Amino acid sequence: MQAIQDKEGVKRYLITLYVNGDSYTRVVKANTLLVNVLRDELDLTGTKKGCELGDCGSCTVLLDGKPVNSCLVLAVEADGHEILTIEGLGENEKLDPLQEAFIANAALQCGYCTSGMIMSAKALLNSNPNPTEQEVREAIAGNLCRCTGYVNIVKAILSCAQQPEGGSE
Amino acid sequence: MKREQFAVIGKSKPRIDGRVKVTGQAKYTGDIKLSNMLVGKILTSPHAHARILNIDTSEAERLPGVKAVITHKDVPSLKYGISPARWDENIFCIDKVRFVGDKVAAVAAIDEETVYKALKLIKVEYEVLPAVFDPIEALQEGAPLIHEEFPGNVNTEIHQSFGDVEKAFAEAYYVRTDTFVGQRTYQCPIEPHSAISVWEGGKLTVYSSTQSPHYFQYYIARQFGLKMGDVRVIKPHMGGGFGGKLEPTGLEFAGAALAMKTGRPVKMFYDRHEMFAHNRGRHKQIMKVTTGVDKNGKILGVHADFIMDGGAYTSLGVATAYYAGAMLPLTYEYENYKFDMVRAYTNLPACGAQRGHGHPQPRYAYECHLDMIAKDLGMDPLELRLINARKPNTVTPNAFRVNSCELEACLKKAREISGWDEKRKNLPSGKGIGLAVGSFVSGAGYPIYRTNLPHAAAMIKVNEDGTSATLYTGAVDIGQGSDTILCQMAAEAMGYTYEQMKIVAADTETTPHDFGAYASRQTLMSGAAVKQAGEEIRKQVIEMASMMLQTDYRDLEICEGLIWRRSDPSVTITFAEVARELFVRKGPLVGKGSYAPPRLGGTFKGAPVGTSPAYSFCAQISQVDIDEETGEIKVEHVWDVHDCGTVINPALLHGQVHGALFMGVGEAVWEEVVFDDKGKILNANLGEYRLPTALDMPKVTSELVFSEEPEPAGPWGVKEVGEGSTIPTMGCYSNAIYDAMGVRVYSLPLSYEKIWRALKGKREQEQKG
Repeated sequence: MQAIQDKEGVKRYLITLYVNGDSYTRVVKANTLLVNVLRDELDLTGTKKGCELGDCGSCTVLLDGKPVNSCLVLAVEADGHEILTIEGLGENEKLDPLQEAFIANAALQCGYCTSGMIMSAKALLNSNPNPTEQEVREAIAGNLCRCTGYVNIVKAILSCAQQPEGGSE
Repeated sequence: MKREQFAVIGKSKPRIDGRVKVTGQAKYTGDIKLSNMLVGKILTSPHAHARILNIDTSEAERLPGVKAVITHKDVPSLKYGISPARWDENIFCIDKVRFVGDKVAAVAAIDEETVYKALKLIKVEYEVLPAVFDPIEALQEGAPLIHEEFPGNVNTEIHQSFGDVEKAFAEAYYVRTDTFVGQRTYQCPIEPHSAISVWEGGKLTVYSSTQSPHYFQYYIARQFGLKMGDVRVIKPHMGGGFGGKLEPTGLEFAGAALAMKTGRPVKMFYDRHEMFAHNRGRHKQIMKVTTGVDKNGKILGVHADFIMDGGAYTSLGVATAYYAGAMLPLTYEYENYKFDMVRAYTNLPACGAQRGHGHPQPRYAYECHLDMIAKDLGMDPLELRLINARKPNTVTPNAFRVNSCELEACLKKAREISGWDEKRKNLPSGKGIGLAVGSFVSGAGYPIYRTNLPHAAAMIKVNEDGTSATLYTGAVDIGQGSDTILCQMAAEAMGYTYEQMKIVAADTETTPHDFGAYASRQTLMSGAAVKQAGEEIRKQVIEMASMMLQTDYRDLEICEGLIWRRSDPSVTITFAEVARELFVRKGPLVGKGSYAPPRLGGTFKGAPVGTSPAYSFCAQISQVDIDEETGEIKVEHVWDVHDCGTVINPALLHGQVHGALFMGVGEAVWEEVVFDDKGKILNANLGEYRLPTALDMPKVTSELVFSEEPEPAGPWGVKEVGEGSTIPTMGCYSNAIYDAMGVRVYSLPLSYEKIWRALKGKREQEQKG
C-alpha cells in the first residue's frame, strides 16, 4: 500500500476498494473507518451508523461476501477487497428478492436498521439458501432493531428461502 | 357488527416509504450534506454536580479549522424546557452543572476530528459539589440542592383524591399494600439524534430527527427571539424516537447558535454515549399501591403513592408524573381513588416520555398487586379482572370519558387463545402463565403548551391532470408508518387510490400545523384532519362530475378513482378526468381539514393529563419457562389482544403491537441504565445496556377485538395502537414468573440474577420450614 506523509508527519495511505462492482481509489489515514469512507467519501449513505461500537449492526456490509460491521473495519484493511453495500443489491430498477420481501412483509418501520439487516440476511442466504428460523435469528442477532420486535423481519427472510417455511406469527 | 366496507383502508397496503428504505436511498438527517457545512459538538460536564468557576476557550479557538467556540456568554440565557410549567434548562450551563453530560460549551469546525481536538482544548475549572443520585435521598432534609428555585429537590408534587378512599378501605373485606420499584430505561432509537442548522438572512432552517417539528419551531423561535415564521423545521426520514426525540436538545439550540455565529450550515450529532447521557427516557418509579376489595374481589378503592426519579431537569416529567397515576383507573371500575406523587430532582440525566408515557411501571406494579390479591382471595386472576373490567360509555373517577371499551372481550379472547384455563392448572413446575391488561390514550386532549391551535391540520392537492394527489400534513412519520396510513385515509375519503397518493410531511414551512408524533395521537387526530380534507375534495369532484355527466350528484358514487351513476353503472367517468376539468375551470383542486378535540376532563389540578378523545384497551398473557438452576427466563409465547378500533393497515398495526411488546420485553428482563457512585453511566452502549436481539424475542400472537359500535371520537372509528402494547408486558411477565416459581420479585428488571436469588431464598425458607 502506497503511503505518503503530510506536513505534520501523519501518514496517508492510497487504497482501492471494489464497491458494488466499481473501483474507487482514495487517500485515507491509518485510523479511517470503512464506514466513513463509504458514507463520506463515496456518498453511499445507505450504510448507516448507529453506534460506532459494533453493537447495532446498522453499518453491516459484505466484505468478500462475509457480513462485517463497517465501523469495526479500518479502510486500509479493506484495501483491494470486494465490498457489497445496500446500494449494490438488485439490478437497476429491479429489487433483490430480499428487498421485495421486506416490503411485502412489512419488515421495516423506521428503516434505520434495514440496510444492515438485509445485508446480514443476504450473507446468510448466500451461504445457506434454506435456513431454519433459528438460523435466521442467529444470522441477524448482531443487527439490532428497536421497532419491529424482529417478527416480520424473520418472516421476510424465511420467505426468501429456497423452500419457504411457515414463519412464526 | 355494524361495520362499513372500505375500499382503501383496512388493507395491508405496502409502506409508501418501503422502497427508499430497502434500497438505502432514504436520507436521514445524518445522511444530509450541505455545501460549506461545518461539524459541531457539545462539550459536556464530567461531574454530576459542580460549580463552574471559569471556562477558557482561547486555546480551542486558536486550533486551525475551528470556526466558533461558544459558551453561555454567547447565547440567550432564557430558560427553556418542553414543560412550560417548569422551564429549568439553559442552552449552556451558567453557574453550575447538574449531571454528568450537562452542556457546557460547543465547537464548530471544518471536520469531526478537529471538533474533537478542540473540545479537549477547552479548559473548564469546576468546584465539585456533593451530589445525590437517589430520589428518596434527594427528598430528605439536608440533601444537596440541585436547583435553587426548587427547595427540597421537589420538581413536581401531586395530591389527588376522588371519592373517599379511607372509607372504602374501612368498609373493605380485604385491604392489601405492596411496594414495587421500577428502573431507569432509555428509548434507544437506532438512529442517533442529529440536527443541521442553516442561518440565512434572518431565517433559521433546522433539519432534525424530531418527533415534533412544531414544538421545535416554537421553542427555538422563543429561545432566540425569532418569529415562528422565520424558523423552519424539517424532519427528514427518521430512525425511531419512542418519546426520546420529542423535545429539542442541545443539538438544535447549540447548532442554531453556531450557525448564526459562523454563517455556515452546522451539523451536530450525539454519539451513542451522548444519547444515553441526554436521555429523556423512562423514569424510575417507587410505587406503593393499596387496594381494598369486597369478598367477591370487586375493587372498592385504590391508593397509589409514588416517588419518581426525574433526573436533573424537568423534560416532559410534569406530564409523566401525572400520567403515572391518571391512567391507573382506566382499566377497572371503582369510584374511590387517591394519587400521591413526588417527582424528585437528582444529579442524573433528565427523564422524560418513553413509549407508554409514565404508565408502564405503575401498570406493572398494579397488575402484580392484583395478582397477589387474587391469590389471597383464592381467585383466578383473570376472573378478578373480569369482575372489575371497565365497560363502554363510563367515566373514570378522575373524569376521563371512555366511549368504546372492549376490555372484557380482550380478556376473554386472551383466555381462549392462550389456553389459560387449562395451563393454569396443568403447567409443570418451572413453567408459568401470567396476565396483565393496559389502556392508553389516542392522543392527548391538550397540547404541551397552552394554545388554541387545532391539534392537527391537513391539505390535499390533486395534481393538475388528476393522475396523482399530494397530501400535505404536519404529522410525523418516525417509523410507525403515519405517512402510509394517512395516505390510505386520504384516498378513502377522496374516493381515490392509495397507489396514486404522494406525501409531503413534517416540514413547518410547506405543511400545515400538527403537534407531531407522541401520545399515540396521529391516526386519530391527524387522520381526522386528513379525512376532512379528503371529503372536501370528494365533494368538489362529485359536483363537477354531476355537471359533466348531467346527473344529479345524489345519484353518483365514487370509489378508487372511478365515478359512476348508481341508477346506471355503465355511465362512468374517471376521477382524473373530472379533476383535470376542475383545474381548467377553477384552478387548483385543494381540500383542507383540521381537528381539535372537544373539551375533555375535569377541573381539578392536573385534570388535563390523561384526557383523550378515545382509549385503547388490551390484555396480554405470557407463558414462561424458568431455569431453576440459573434463574434464566425463557418466555415461550405472548398473546396480545387489543381493542384499538377500526384498522387502517393491518400489517402496520400488528407491527406496532410487535414493536411495543418488544420494548416491554426488554424492560421486563434486561434493560436498565446503570450508574457508578459518581453519577457516570456504566452501560451507555447498546450491548451492555442489553437491547434484546432476534434471539430474545418470544413467539407473539397478536389478535384484535372490535366493538359493536365503532368508536365515535375517531375518524372511521380508529383508536391508538402504537404505545398500548408496551404497557402490560412487564406485569404479565412478572405474573407468569410468579406462577412458575411461587415467589415474587418486587423490582424491575426481572433479571436472571434476581430470579435466581428469589429461588435461592425460597429454597432456604423451605429447608428451614
